[in-house]
Amino acid sequence: MIGADLTTALPEIVLALFAMAMLMVGVYGGKDKLAEPILYATSALMVMLALYAGAQSLDAETAFNGTYLKDGFAQFAKMLILVSAAVVLVMGKSVMAETGLLKFEYPILIALSVVGMMLMVSAGDLIVLYMGLELQSLALYVVATMNRDSTRSTEAGLKYFILGALASGLLLYGASLTYGYAGTTVFAGILSTISEDGMSVGLLMGLAFMLAGLAFKVSAVPFHMWTPDVYEGAPTPVTAFFATAPKVAAMALIARLVHDAFGTVPGDWSQIVALLAAASMFVGAIAAIGQRDIKRLMAYSSISHMGFALVGLAAGTAQGVQGMLVYMAIYVTMNIGVFAFILTMRRDGKPVTDIAEMNQLSKSEPLRALALLVLMFSLAGVPPLVGFFGKFYVLWAAVNAGMTWLAIAGVIASVIGAFYYLRIVYYMYFGAESEPLDTVRAPVQGTLLVASAMIMVLGVINLFGIDAMAALAAEALVR
Amino acid sequence: MATIVLLAPLLGAILSGLFWRVTGEKAAQVIATGLLFLSAALSWVIFLTHDGAVEQITLMRWIDSGTLVGDWAIRLDRLTAVMLIVITTVSALVHLYSFGYMAHDSHFADDESYRPRFFAYLSLFTFAMLMLVTADNLVQLFFGWEGVGLASYLLIGFYIRKQSAGAAAMKAFIVNRVGDMGLIIALMVTFYLVDSIAYDDVFAAAPMLAETTVSFLWTEWNAANLIAFLLFVGAMGKSAQLLLHTWLPDAMEGPTPVSALIHAATMVTAGVFLVARFSPLMEYTPDVTAFIVLVGALTAFFAATVGLVQNDIKRVIAYSTCSQLGYMFVAAGIGVYSVAMFHLLTHAFFKAMLFLGAGSVIHGMHHEQDMRNYGGLRKKLPLTYWAMLIGTLAITGVGIPLTTIGFAGFVSKDAIIESAFAAGTTYAFWILVLAALMTSFYSWRLMFMTFFGTPRGDKHTHEHAHESPLVMLAPLAVLAVGAVLSGMVFYGPFFGSTEAVREYFGASIFLAEENDLIHDAHYVAKWVKAAPFVAMLIGLGLAWLFYIRATDLPKRLAETFPGAYNFLLNKWYFDEIYDAVFVRPAKAIGTFLWKKGDGGTIDGGINGLAMGIIPMLTRLAGRAQSGFVYHYAFAMVLGIVAIVSFVTLGGGAN
Repeated sequence: MIGADLTTALPEIVLALFAMAMLMVGVYGGKDKLAEPILYATSALMVMLALYAGAQSLDAETAFNGTYLKDGFAQFAKMLILVSAAVVLVMGKSVMAETGLLKFEYPILIALSVVGMMLMVSAGDLIVLYMGLELQSLALYVVATMNRDSTRSTEAGLKYFILGALASGLLLYGASLTYGYAGTTVFAGILSTISEDGMSVGLLMGLAFMLAGLAFKVSAVPFHMWTPDVYEGAPTPVTAFFATAPKVAAMALIARLVHDAFGTVPGDWSQIVALLAAASMFVGAIAAIGQRDIKRLMAYSSISHMGFALVGLAAGTAQGVQGMLVYMAIYVTMNIGVFAFILTMRRDGKPVTDIAEMNQLSKSEPLRALALLVLMFSLAGVPPLVGFFGKFYVLWAAVNAGMTWLAIAGVIASVIGAFYYLRIVYYMYFGAESEPLDTVRAPVQGTLLVASAMIMVLGVINLFGIDAMAALAAEALVR
Repeated sequence: MATIVLLAPLLGAILSGLFWRVTGEKAAQVIATGLLFLSAALSWVIFLTHDGAVEQITLMRWIDSGTLVGDWAIRLDRLTAVMLIVITTVSALVHLYSFGYMAHDSHFADDESYRPRFFAYLSLFTFAMLMLVTADNLVQLFFGWEGVGLASYLLIGFYIRKQSAGAAAMKAFIVNRVGDMGLIIALMVTFYLVDSIAYDDVFAAAPMLAETTVSFLWTEWNAANLIAFLLFVGAMGKSAQLLLHTWLPDAMEGPTPVSALIHAATMVTAGVFLVARFSPLMEYTPDVTAFIVLVGALTAFFAATVGLVQNDIKRVIAYSTCSQLGYMFVAAGIGVYSVAMFHLLTHAFFKAMLFLGAGSVIHGMHHEQDMRNYGGLRKKLPLTYWAMLIGTLAITGVGIPLTTIGFAGFVSKDAIIESAFAAGTTYAFWILVLAALMTSFYSWRLMFMTFFGTPRGDKHTHEHAHESPLVMLAPLAVLAVGAVLSGMVFYGPFFGSTEAVREYFGASIFLAEENDLIHDAHYVAKWVKAAPFVAMLIGLGLAWLFYIRATDLPKRLAETFPGAYNFLLNKWYFDEIYDAVFVRPAKAIGTFLWKKGDGGTIDGGINGLAMGIIPMLTRLAGRAQSGFVYHYAFAMVLGIVAIVSFVTLGGGAN
C-alpha cells in the first residue's frame, strides 16, 4: 500500500529529495560557486517532472487515505507551475549573479517552494493543504529577503511574513471550524457530510475564513495590500517568480477546495468569490494608474488579473474552471515576457524601474519595443491577441452561469486597465525625447520576451491546444 | 464559365486599382478592359447556349450560423443570362469608350493618375452588379445591391475636387439608404418567417406566406404583401422611382460613361430585375403589384414632364431614364415580367447609346453641357449625330404600326402599353401614352437643339468642336446595332405568346396559372396598338414646331405660363420639399445631439469619469497603500468582517 502511495506522489518526493541533497552538496561542497550548476539542475529537473506529469494517465488516483489526489486537474496545474518556475529560474539567473545574490540556497528554496505548490494542487485534505501552503510560503518569505543588505528587500520580506502569518491564522481558524462541524479533514468526507446534513453555519464560517486566507495568496482585494510593496522590494527575478507559479498554485488550490470539499453548495461560495473578483479587478485597474514604478505597476496588474481568473471560478461550472486555467496559463506566459523585459531595463549599467525610462524605446530598440507592445496589448485584452481570449473565456463562463453583472464589471475594469498598459506603449513610441535605455546583451531574456510576444500572436490560431487540455482538467475537478 | 464571367471584372478591378503602379497606367486600363471583353464574350456564349434550366454553381460557403446558411453561388437561369449580356456588353463598351472620354480631364492635373482608379471602379461596379444578378440567396443579393451602391457613390463623386459631385454622390448614397432599409427589413422578415434565405426555399414558401399574417409596426400584415412591399421599397430607391428619384438627376455629376453604364443601363434597372426575380412572390400579392403599377405610371409621367424643360443634355436623358424605368415597373406590376425584362434589355442599348452619344457631344464641345449653347452640330459631329439619331428613333418608338417591325423601343414600349390596357389598368395606359408623347417631344427637342439650327453660345467652342476618336465611336456603332435590332430579334421569346414566354424563361419567371396577359395583349383593339405611335408623331410634330419652325414659341409659352414652367423646371419642387421636411429637421436634430448629447452628455460624462473620478479613486488607493503593516492587517480584518457579514446576512447562507 505504501509503495503505491509513494509512486503516486513520486514527483513531489523526487523534487523534495533533490532539494535536500543539493542542500548537502551546497553546504559541504563549493557553497555559492555551485549556485549556477544547482540552478540549472533544478530547472532541468522541473522540466523533466513537468514532462513526467504530462505523460501520466488522466485517471484519478488517491494516495495516503485520500489526502493526496492525482487527477487531470492536478497534472495540468503542476505542469504550469513546474515549467514557469523553471523558466523564471533560468531567466533571472544572470541578474541574480550581477547583483551578487546568486547564492546556492536560491534554487533550493525555489525548489522547496515548488514542492509546496505541487502539494497544494494535489491536496485532498485540509492538513495537506496547510502543509503545502506553508512550505511554499516559508520558502517565499526567505527568497523575498534574499538581498538582506537592502532595507527594502528585508522590509518586503518581513511585511510578507507578518501578513502571511495573519492569513495563515485565518485559514487555520477556518479549517478548524470546518473540522469541528464536519468531523473530518478529508475533502471527500466534508463533501459527503454537507450532502447528508446540509450546510451548517459553522461550515459556512469555516469556508469564509479559509477563502479569506487563500485570497491573501492570490492577492485578491482586500487581502492584496502586501503585493505592491513585496513586488517592489524583492529582487526582480524573485518578483518575476512571485508573479507566476505561486499564483497558479494558489488559484488552483481555491478551485480544489471549493469544488472538492464544497462542490455541492456552489451558491455559498460563488458569491464570495464573485465579490473578491469584482473588487480585485477594479482596485487593481484603478490603483495601477497611479504607479510610476513598473514593478509596482505589475503588482497591481496581477491583482487585476487574479480578479479575472476568480471570475471564472465564481461561475462555479466546469467551463468556469476551464476558463480560469486557460487564463492562468496565458497570464503566466505574458508575465514571463514582461519580466524578461524588466530584467533588462538598465541605465548606465544600473537597473531602473521607472516607466518613463522607456521613452522612445522604439527608436533605439524597435524589436524589443514591438514585443513589449504586443504583450501590453495582450495584457490589456485587446483582440485578436491571446490575452483577449483569456478574458473572453472567463467572462463567457460567467455569462453562462447567469452572472452577467460580473462579466459587465469585468469589461469595464478591463477598459480602465487598458489605460496604464497603453501608457507604456505611448512612452515607447510617442514619449518625450530622452537618452535611450542601455542596450543590454541578454540572449535569454531577449528570446523569452520575443517568444512570449510571438505566442500572444500565433496562439490566436488555436491557443496551442491549451483550452482543450484545460477542459479535460476542469472535467476532472468538476463532476 | 459563369465563374469566369463573374470573377474577371473583380480581377480587373484589383489589378488596375491596386497594381497599376506595377503594370503601368496604360496597361492597367487595357487589362481591365480586356478582362471585361472576355467576360462579355463568355456571357454571350452562355446566353446563346442556355437551355432555360436553372443551374446553381456553388463557389463557397459564405455564411453558416445556426439556420442562417448562405452560399456564394451563381444562379444561372434565363433571367440571369439576360442580365449577364446586358451588364457585360454595356460595361465592356463603356470601358472601351472611357479610353477616349477620360483621356484628358480638366478636373485633374496632367501628372495625376486618375485613369486606373476610374477603370478599377468601373470593373468593381460590374463585379458587384454581376453578384447582384447571379445571387442565389437574399444576402448575396444584398451584397451585390450594396456593392453597386458603393461603386455608384465612388463614380458619381469621381471628380473629387468638384463640390457638387461630392454632394451628388452623398445624395445618391443617402437616398438609397431609405430604399435599402426596406430591402433589408424584407430580408429579415423573410428569414424570420421562412427560416432560410435561399431563393428556392423562399419561392417555395410563397403560397404559405400569402396565407400568413405578421405583426409589423403595430399592424397586422399579410406576410407576402409585407415582404413584396418592402422589396419594392428597395427597388424604388435603386431604380429612382417617384419619391426616391431625386438622386438620379444629380448623379449626372459623374463622368458621362458612368451615367451610361450605371445610371441608365444597369444599376438603375436592378429594381426591375428584383421584381421580376421575385415573380413567384409577386404573383400572390395583387395589392402590392397594383401599387407598383401606380408608382411606375406616375414616375413615367412625372419624369417625362420634367424632362420637357431641362436644358442640361445629360439631365434630359436622366429624366428620360427615370421615365422609362417607370414603364418597366408598370409592366412588372401588371404581371408581364418578361415584357419588363424586354424593355430593360432594349432600353439598355439605346439609352447607353444616347448617353455615350451625349458624352461624345460633350467631349467634342469641351465639356459644355447646356443645350442652349449647342446648335448646328450635325456638320461638326456627323457620326455622333447619326448615333444619336438612331437612339432617338429607338426611344421614341419609331416603327411600322400594327406590326412588329421597328426600332427596339418601338417594339418593347408598345408591348408595355398594350399589356397595360389588356390588364385593365386603363389609367396606366393613358398615362403611358401621354408619357410617350412627351418622350418623343423632349427627345426630339434634344436632337433639334443640339444638331440643328444655328450655333449658339461660345463661338470659340463651336469652332473647335471636333468629332470624337474611334474608341468612342466604335461602342456607339455596336450599341446602334442593338438599338435597331434587339426589339425585333427578341420579340418572340419575350412577348411572342404566353407559351413561348413560359417555355423560354422556364422556372426563372413564375406566372400564375391564370396569368394569360401576354395573350390578351395581342388582341387589344387596333386603336390601342396605334396610340403610342400617334403620340410619338404628335410629340415629334410639336418639337419640330417649337425648335425648328418657330423658335421663339417656347420662350413665349414660358412667359405666358410662368407658374407651370417654373414648376417643371424645378422638378415639381421635390428637392425643396425634401430639404424642408427631411434634411433641415434631420440636421437640426443632428446638431442638437452633437452639441448637447455627444458634446455635453457623453463627452462630458466620459471625460468627467476618466479625468475626474478615476484619478480621484487612484489617489485614494495610493493613500491606502501607506506602507504600514498594521494598515494592511487592518484592511485584511475589515475584509474578513465584510465577507462573514455578507455570508451570514445575505448571500448563500439561506
